[in-house]
Amino acid sequence: MSLLPWTIYVSFAGALVVLLVGARSVAAARWFALATAAGGWGVALLAAGVFQPTPGLQTLVDLAWIPELGVRYHLAADGISLTLVVLTGLVATAGVLFSWNVEERTGEFLALYLALVGGVYGVFLSADVLLFLVFYELAIAPKYFLIACWGSTRREYGAMKLALYSFAGSALVLAGILWAHAAGGGHGFALAELAAGSFTRAQAAGMFALVFFGFAVLAGLFPLHTWAPTGHVAAPTAASMLLAGVVMKLGAYGCLRVALPLFPAGFAFWQPVIAWLALAGIVYAGLAALVQEDFKFVIGYSSVSHMGFVLLGLAAANARAVSGAVLQMFSHGVIAGLLFAVVGRMVYDRTHTRRLADLRALPLHRWLPFAAVTFVLAGFASMGMPGFSGFPAELTVLIGVWKASPAWVLAAVVGMLIAAAFTLRAIQLSFFGQAGSTGPGQSGAAGSAARSPLPPITWPERAGALLLLAVTVLIGLKPDLLLDWIGPSLQSPFMQAALKGGAP
Amino acid sequence: MTGNYAELARALLPEAALIAGVLGVLGIDLVWLRARSTALRLRIAVGVAAVAVVAAMFATWAEAGIGPVPGGALVLDSLAVAARLGVLGLALLTLGVVTGAPAPRHPAEYVAIMLFATTGFALMAAAQQLLMAFLALELASLPLYVLAGFDKERPESAEAALKYFLVGGMSSAFLLFGFSLIYGLTGSIELPQIAAALGRQGFSPLRAVAWVMVLVAFGFKVAAAPFHLWAPDAYQGAPPASTALIASGSKLAGFVLFARLLWPALGTAAGAAAGPRGDQGWLPAVALMAGASLLLGNVAALVQRDVRRLLAYSAIGHAGALLLGVIALGGSGPAPLFYYAATYGLAALGAFGVIAGVERVGGCARIEDLAGLHRRSPLLAACLLIFMLSLAGIPPLAGFFGKFSVFVAAFRLDGLAGPAGWLALLAILLSVVALYYYLIVLKQALVAAPAPGAPRIAVPRPAALALASAAGLLVLLGAFPSLLLAWF
Repeated sequence: MSLLPWTIYVSFAGALVVLLVGARSVAAARWFALATAAGGWGVALLAAGVFQPTPGLQTLVDLAWIPELGVRYHLAADGISLTLVVLTGLVATAGVLFSWNVEERTGEFLALYLALVGGVYGVFLSADVLLFLVFYELAIAPKYFLIACWGSTRREYGAMKLALYSFAGSALVLAGILWAHAAGGGHGFALAELAAGSFTRAQAAGMFALVFFGFAVLAGLFPLHTWAPTGHVAAPTAASMLLAGVVMKLGAYGCLRVALPLFPAGFAFWQPVIAWLALAGIVYAGLAALVQEDFKFVIGYSSVSHMGFVLLGLAAANARAVSGAVLQMFSHGVIAGLLFAVVGRMVYDRTHTRRLADLRALPLHRWLPFAAVTFVLAGFASMGMPGFSGFPAELTVLIGVWKASPAWVLAAVVGMLIAAAFTLRAIQLSFFGQAGSTGPGQSGAAGSAARSPLPPITWPERAGALLLLAVTVLIGLKPDLLLDWIGPSLQSPFMQAALKGGAP
Repeated sequence: MTGNYAELARALLPEAALIAGVLGVLGIDLVWLRARSTALRLRIAVGVAAVAVVAAMFATWAEAGIGPVPGGALVLDSLAVAARLGVLGLALLTLGVVTGAPAPRHPAEYVAIMLFATTGFALMAAAQQLLMAFLALELASLPLYVLAGFDKERPESAEAALKYFLVGGMSSAFLLFGFSLIYGLTGSIELPQIAAALGRQGFSPLRAVAWVMVLVAFGFKVAAAPFHLWAPDAYQGAPPASTALIASGSKLAGFVLFARLLWPALGTAAGAAAGPRGDQGWLPAVALMAGASLLLGNVAALVQRDVRRLLAYSAIGHAGALLLGVIALGGSGPAPLFYYAATYGLAALGAFGVIAGVERVGGCARIEDLAGLHRRSPLLAACLLIFMLSLAGIPPLAGFFGKFSVFVAAFRLDGLAGPAGWLALLAILLSVVALYYYLIVLKQALVAAPAPGAPRIAVPRPAALALASAAGLLVLLGAFPSLLLAWF
């Protein structure tokens, strides 16, 4: 376990090395970046191997950092953070594989990418709220430049919108935390110290609103989600994978780790609002995904819709629903990464169009059979088919939510049906638009792959896709791997303060 | 004046070193270098001046902790020593920036005047007497007017100097009037006696007038709204190396001087930020200035097309946050204010240093002139990234912790019950606005392609060293804020 902080250090050191190496050799930079990402993941898996689930956070490092302000360099982990750290390593590694074709300013691209990954690890491991925020905001600048420099459609607009939304969210969080710090006597910024403050009901509601909605911006809570589709679409493939797969989880993780336990009274006040906003997000983003003309926008809106389940699980606030929400974070991280990889890397980088109407005219299932199979499997996983990770995750959330309010479940089920509809529509229009005919310039199915006008799928793409698919199937078949980590974490007195109602 | 002159001379060693440096710079240039090239004269002048500044820093370091200097004109407490080291360090970095800027026509005189201004800053940092405060302020201001107008080939430079001078002269008059009222009220020019005398007296209209007079001068010196009007024109027109000094050392010294004037002397009269008598102190006026500066600076910066005007308006916004630090000083001491002012100075100096570097090979007026800086000079682009992100307050750079420590201090005063907490809230929300315009600048520098035919920029080694040190310090002080915060 004490290895875990090395995920942060390895990523930042790797970013620096890749930046220096990238100026000389692009190939070396790629391999270094892959080694760094895989190294971080390896560290996370090693730590996971010896992890003993206990209630409460296990301290990894705890040093005085800024004693004048009461800030400590305090890293700690429990089952929830470990789940997300493993997810970060996985998506980061796959992301490097899917950015093997970045040719322009490669070293800088990979360095920013690894810096973003390092910041994400830091957030998941922070136990001091200010340290949490430092890592949280550290990730903003890399995101901006990754999109603005290497993105596509309206990249400068998308990048700026994303950066400002993220920063505005963290500004709200900072305001709420400072308020709680001052009202609680101004001792320090550790979670326990902040939680020890006694607030009036109105204060708690105000602080909770600032902190929760600040984090929820990044989690894609309706109606604060609008940065997500534009940002994801504008981002280069690896950045979209990381944004949708991991960065949106930062927001949800902040809600779970900071907002809920610190201000239980405030949460009680806002709970129905959050649940209905989450449901509105699930349905609205699903409907929006249903009518998108841009392939990547479909996936972008689907991310918002699926993140709605995470927020709904948090809003239900019982052990079952919250562990489902964490599982959904992991599951969506893997699946969204996979979907963005297919759309951005396998399809768009080859066809140079993402318009569904254009893709429909191409027999992509014959030209890119690997991409088609991957997308169909990822789509099924995203829809929540049994056997993939989406199924246990959304099911656990719904079972937990049922205990809180059956009405919420009904609304969520509508959202799941819409999700099935937009996923199937995307599969149909993108890959199988010409399934009935022989396709332009093709005489038959036999040998057509050989005459595909598109470059074949490369080995890094295959490796990345198989990696992600394997994980989603593994968790789909054996969700207990993660649930056994998550469950005990929710038994800590700290979390129990936030979770009320509903049996575990 | 009674007192031991040897003690006083020891306290003034840094200033003596600086004045010796001035004489050295001018003398060497006059005797040996008149016929040489401007570049060589500049290099030698900067070298001699740098030695003088470093000597002054050593002298300051050696006398740390003397306390009140005999005679009472100066005090060398931890704030004074820190501020002296700060302004000297910023002056040293500015000297490096000078070598990377377009060479001035009279290099030795330019550098000598910078040293004069630095002497003024060093005295401002330690002044504990109204007369000394006024003289130090004038010693610092007059050279800055000259520096602003040093580029005689551009009319904008003359315009900048004239505006700066007229507004500055006016504010000096206000300050002197305020000081005379204070003297009339208390019968003393020594800050401790003034503090004691004011503590005994109740509220009087005369006292309110005195505060207003002092605050007008304060607002001018640190470019706080509504006394900010000179700043955009001066920042835009002055040679960038001069602006670097105006934006960094001058600001740090100004905040230290006025914090000392407002707190130890007039501080006993400060109404509690939220108390029922809050309208009687100078705090409400400073709170109003802070709020106005935050709003005006950050909003007006949004529409600027000239990168120097943009930085000027952002400086007004930062002045608002620093005024918040002055308000919070009563609760948490001067550490947050000093940390913020020093690190802001580093970042602003660096930003103008980068502009100076770009201006060497062509204009750097519009933001678009920075386009493709990452191709034209990776070093300048990387430094600009750090300076801008620090100004925007992105961790782990020092700018974040400057803002954070000031906000914590403001919130600790009395949470959201008083104006300080609400001002901090306003400042936090406006930092989002600020991120937008800083990213606009960075977008040109790091994302956009260079304009066709834009030449590569060669940065002279001293300038590169100065900019890299400023960037390195911002990272270091951001990673370990206690290095500065623990000083007090």
